[in-house]
Amino acid sequence: MTELPMAPVKPPARLISVTIDGQQVEVPEGSTILDACNQLGIDTPTLCYGDTLAPANACRICVVELEGARTLIPACARKVEPDMVIHTDSERVRHSRKMVIEFLASSVDLSITPVAQDYLRRYDGRPERYGPPAPADPERDHKRTGHHEPPDGQTAATVHSPAKLDNDLYVRDYSKCILCYKCVDACGEQYQNTFAITVAGRGFDARISTEYANPLPESACVYCGNCIAVCPTGALMFRSEHDLRDAAAWDESRQTQTDTICPYCGVGCNLTLHVQDNQIVKVTSPDDHDITRGNLCIKGRFGFQHVNPQPRAPL
Amino acid sequence: MFGAGGGTSSYKEAEETDLLILWGSNARETHPIFFHHVLKGVHRGARLYVIDPRRTGSAQWADTWLGLDVGTDIALANTIAREIIHAGLANETFVDRATTGFAEYRESVEPWTLEHGERITGVPAETIRELAHTYARADRAILCWTLGITEHVTAADNVLALINLGLLTGHVGRYGSGLNPLRGQNNVQGGGDMGAIPDKLPGFQDVENDHAARARFEAAWGVKLPPRRGWHLSQMFEAMERGELRTLYVFGENPAQSEADSKKALEALEGLDFLIAQDILMTRTCAMADVVLPGTASWCEVEGGTVTNSERRVQRMRKALDPPGQARDDHWIIVELARRLGHDWGHPTLEQAWDELRSLSPMHRGMSYERLEELGGIQWPCPSEDHPGSLYLHGRLWSEPVEGRRAPFSVTPWVAPIDELNDEFPIRLTTGRRLDSYNTGVQTNLYSSPLRRGETLDLHPEDAANLGVEPGETVKVSSRRGSIQAPVRLDCNLRPGLAFMTFHFPDEIDVNVLTIDATDPKSGTAEYKATAVQVEKLNGDERQTAGVASGRAGK
Amino acid sequence: MDVRLLDAEPTTAERAAVDAFLGPPLSTWVGADRADDGHAAHGGHSARAERHQLLPTLHALHERVGWISPGALNYIARRLTIPPADVYGVTTFYALFSLEPRAPRVLHVCNDAVCRCCAGSDSLVATLAEQIGPQGQEVGGVTWLESPCLGQCDRAPAALVVESGESPREVELASVTADGLLAVMDGQTPAPPPTAIPPQAGQPGLALLKRIGVADPESLDDYRAHGGYEALRRAFELGPDGVIEEMVESKLVGRGGAAFPTGRKWDAVARQPRRPHYMICNADESEPGTFKDRAIMEGDPFSLIESMTIAAYASGCERGYIYIRGEYPLAQRRLERAVEQARARGLLGDDILSRGVRFDIELRKGAGAYICGEETALFASVEGYRGEPRNKPPFPVDRGLFGKPTVVNNVETLVNVLPIVLKGGAAFARIGTERSTGPKLFCVCGAMQRPGTYEVPFGTTLRELLELAGGVAAGSKLRAVLLGGAAGSFITPDELELALTFEDARAAGTTLGSGVVLAVDERVDLPELLAAIAAFFRDESCGQCVPCRVGTVRQEEALARLRSGRTRGSVQDELALIAEIGEAMRDASICGLGQTASSAIESAMARLNVFNRGVSA
Repeated sequence: MTELPMAPVKPPARLISVTIDGQQVEVPEGSTILDACNQLGIDTPTLCYGDTLAPANACRICVVELEGARTLIPACARKVEPDMVIHTDSERVRHSRKMVIEFLASSVDLSITPVAQDYLRRYDGRPERYGPPAPADPERDHKRTGHHEPPDGQTAATVHSPAKLDNDLYVRDYSKCILCYKCVDACGEQYQNTFAITVAGRGFDARISTEYANPLPESACVYCGNCIAVCPTGALMFRSEHDLRDAAAWDESRQTQTDTICPYCGVGCNLTLHVQDNQIVKVTSPDDHDITRGNLCIKGRFGFQHVNPQPRAPL
Repeated sequence: MFGAGGGTSSYKEAEETDLLILWGSNARETHPIFFHHVLKGVHRGARLYVIDPRRTGSAQWADTWLGLDVGTDIALANTIAREIIHAGLANETFVDRATTGFAEYRESVEPWTLEHGERITGVPAETIRELAHTYARADRAILCWTLGITEHVTAADNVLALINLGLLTGHVGRYGSGLNPLRGQNNVQGGGDMGAIPDKLPGFQDVENDHAARARFEAAWGVKLPPRRGWHLSQMFEAMERGELRTLYVFGENPAQSEADSKKALEALEGLDFLIAQDILMTRTCAMADVVLPGTASWCEVEGGTVTNSERRVQRMRKALDPPGQARDDHWIIVELARRLGHDWGHPTLEQAWDELRSLSPMHRGMSYERLEELGGIQWPCPSEDHPGSLYLHGRLWSEPVEGRRAPFSVTPWVAPIDELNDEFPIRLTTGRRLDSYNTGVQTNLYSSPLRRGETLDLHPEDAANLGVEPGETVKVSSRRGSIQAPVRLDCNLRPGLAFMTFHFPDEIDVNVLTIDATDPKSGTAEYKATAVQVEKLNGDERQTAGVASGRAGK
Repeated sequence: MDVRLLDAEPTTAERAAVDAFLGPPLSTWVGADRADDGHAAHGGHSARAERHQLLPTLHALHERVGWISPGALNYIARRLTIPPADVYGVTTFYALFSLEPRAPRVLHVCNDAVCRCCAGSDSLVATLAEQIGPQGQEVGGVTWLESPCLGQCDRAPAALVVESGESPREVELASVTADGLLAVMDGQTPAPPPTAIPPQAGQPGLALLKRIGVADPESLDDYRAHGGYEALRRAFELGPDGVIEEMVESKLVGRGGAAFPTGRKWDAVARQPRRPHYMICNADESEPGTFKDRAIMEGDPFSLIESMTIAAYASGCERGYIYIRGEYPLAQRRLERAVEQARARGLLGDDILSRGVRFDIELRKGAGAYICGEETALFASVEGYRGEPRNKPPFPVDRGLFGKPTVVNNVETLVNVLPIVLKGGAAFARIGTERSTGPKLFCVCGAMQRPGTYEVPFGTTLRELLELAGGVAAGSKLRAVLLGGAAGSFITPDELELALTFEDARAAGTTLGSGVVLAVDERVDLPELLAAIAAFFRDESCGQCVPCRVGTVRQEEALARLRSGRTRGSVQDELALIAEIGEAMRDASICGLGQTASSAIESAMARLNVFNRGVSA
């Protein structure tokens, strides 16, 4: 009998035992502390962490205290080691988490990032204590690296800058950007490999940019929308969603999500159609399906207009 | 292949193989998400070879690109084979045990020295040798192809020539080694699976030779099935030209614009007594039809239904939208049509229809809707409900002794493209797709793509300079069958003498006026990929008002 | 890769500059005009493996044309098969690269902590702004820019003239005056000052500084005449294991700040079965107030080459890099020359001293990013990426440069190798204290009689060190010492008996850090000094992690409010806020930059009562 045509079986991973908040847990070698926390049902805040992407470990809101370590460590990125003793709700942990969410809420527009409000409440964050937010800066894309005007401290510096509406498919509003790197990773080596966007500049002036901050239609962008799919704050958004929000008509409670298969090429990508009022308003792909792992191309992501009622001429 | 038409590997294997060859496939643009898997493999260290006349987006990722001349695929494959054999790199164990016809094959490729191969294909001998050795030496290697292989008059032999290479090196039937046609449409594979092939019943059961299978279907359906194969598409058109085929029922196709030599195709369609078109949008074909049946978009307006992708995975589709107006599901229309023709089939659900298929097609037997749902699709063959589905095909060729029929080598003689280049038609035009568009653009032209720049004639800058034409300038492109006008775009990834167009904008520029309808007698595919053309600069007054004004991006 | 290029062409000069560095393009696909390659192309892994040439290529271009134009960036993208956006992201990370047209002659005026607060550079900057115009504005082919620390704090205020063109030139200026700077703006190029000679030069008993000011730094023969390459010969006698044994016995620990045992590091790399191994000398000394590594590189470059060769031999590295900060042109020239001479004499290359040992060194220039002194950021920079640090583990001995086992030592650490190998680890361990062995270099600057690089054994007290440097400058009174640099902490005049060892510093709640000893007298505007330090960290944060990216901004804002007196709530509230910010940066930042960005500021609050005093007055 022929063997079943399956992938070669890998030996099972060794189990590693760690202690988190006094509870012992065994997880497979190679798991992260976040995995172990999840196994114990410990709710760990995350912002830059994405299931399909390697941990960027940039936001640092998931930090935990490891006994014996000088500093806190990121739960999302740090792999478990035998006999680690970890605290996820110590004073130090709570403090750093509070400061991270305050830092972000005082400098970024988190108005459509629901978890941000949860985290602020959970850690008693008071972003207003840094002062009133500074206004949007139209020159943010062209800061001289390693140089800034001395602040007077009377307003809190922000990343606010005018939203970029330079094409019909999606909108980039970097006032909402927490610089989690996910869009860059999705556009780059981890999935799309188009490298249309990058982190440019440095420090607080670092921003997501095309080359020379050119408009998207002049960039290498292929409009796969895989960056939108991973954006946790709505900085990147379907034009359709943006316009509905602008018209105060975006209403997720009235939306259905249906999984189906893309009608175009023969790869068979799974689509999740977000439908409001019998109109497709957004298309995503399930993160956990191994054909797409959440990714699509321009046709799968945006090529649905022909079934939306408005432009479809009745036969 | 070897009995069941489907790619032998899974996408996942592309991530874990050592060598990937894309032959006549620009997967970067035409199968973007499959290419993600390729890139995962590349980033893990796999080598990538791309064989394509154009230095496509895919080719630009390659460790080595082999830019063969259009229509010389068999020449290249045969040269590679001879080199592998002469270098002593053939997998003799596999060849001896699992194949037939090797001696004849070896003899047939003997004239294909590297030098001869270079002369015919244009690819430097050293580069051909490099690929031959790398492929033969790889522990795992996956070979994929697309329409660059099949849209030729030698389509079937092209495919067989590639399969020969897999057999010669044993790169088939193991994890990470396989032979894969990437399907151009979301259910080309499923159509084949369901018997939409002239000589097959569902599940690739032969209609002429497999009497037992035919008997099972006859019993299930309560009718006598004609024991002979039907026509493939090109044969249908030939039959229309002969006046033998008088009524055509087209659904979800746009032959008025998608056929090669479209002038001839239109004549054939116009000559019909009766044309029924069933579609979700008003295509050119619908416009010609006597009756139009408004269908629903099966991918989002119908609950149920399955498609099969290029890794043989059967997946469920679901309803997300209410269809507009009087549109009806395809299966409802068919059932109603049958009823009105005197056959009452009741109104089976799609799941009931599927379960009937499972009872008749052994390779689908284990795929209940419930399991398809639960497992995110299942790859055939899946003979029973406790079978996980098949990641790859033809593992049987590696069992001891080989199970079933051994895999045959085929003798694949090379013939030059029908449409010859000469002084009058000196430029080779080849066609293909672009990332944001799809086929004749019926669906894709309705969304606003920032990448879309309309139809252009893509030329190498040197050709443009010789013709004295500028980017954006409209020129006349003529083949032996007709001529069109199109604006010029420069593309350094072509070479002098090679031009490229798509067929996405037939309403503005009907590229298929140029292409040749010479078809492969075995598969019926037309030679879209190899047209001999001349390009002429226009005087101002010769210029038609072109639908596409310039080569720049824009809406 | 399917790189989509910009619609922009390089100028002839730009193309020539890139081709001069990378060699002419070999195929049409990477920019050759015409070649017979329409039927085949090679790229893929081999093309992507050239990524690490990005920074040197950008330097070559910048030296020739003074900025990175879209056409030039496009051409580099094409030559190296890197997407333009990616090149842009890397280029904009580094302060020395300009993406806007810049005058061919640029005057960088240091206005960082020491120059500004102890040497009045802010008045120089004000003069330039007044008489020439705002920084960055071109006036007759010249422009001026404020610069972070140029590493000449012992001869503050400092400046650097950078001229691009066919014969690019960089001239470092020290102890500059307003007239001197105006002359530069006027087109004159002053002669560079003589190489800084440490005040102890020529004194007996020095181990690390003994050749500086004595042997010709540009002559290998002179180096050998002064004992050079005896240690390498001895190392070959000992064998790799023997060298590591001596290193372990010496108890030498890294001088870069982390104080990790060097012998253990080498041993860990030597034992790694994964190959190749890399050797990196971290010469990206950039912390305000630091200039000791510069003294070695300018004054005794061969000692560094020899030390690296020994380190590489012991740990099994065949390739080494010196990552030197971009603002040290003289040190670069001397090291380049030293490497060439060593190579010419078979002291680098495939068969060193005819022993079959293979090792060679490449110099890599930084481009204005303090963060690249962090070892994982340094790897990223050499590899051709933005200099962003990553989490550890994995540690460099396991996964370092190009993901391979890597030894990283800074300049000062490495030159200790010579006395260890020559005199034995045991003898070395007898210098200093039980836990801090050997000699230590300090960068004494600020309000001192004889500022400069000093070598003393560990255990010397701070007071003794200050006395060695002639004591506080005439007519002034010591208010504090900033020990360890911008990432260090302030010490009060009451604490001068502090023994300068790792353990005593730790016990006193401070650090030796980068070896800075900045004497602050009563004339220094302490709040301004703190503001300068805060501004430095805000400018140098890579921006990757939130605590550092935003924390450095909020810290600077709070300090600004304290300085102006327009606080939010009370002064105490602001001080508490700064402490809260500091705690989060220390605890939750990815790397040492963020973790120490509040250290000096918080220590000033705690020990010097900076703002409380101002309020009560």
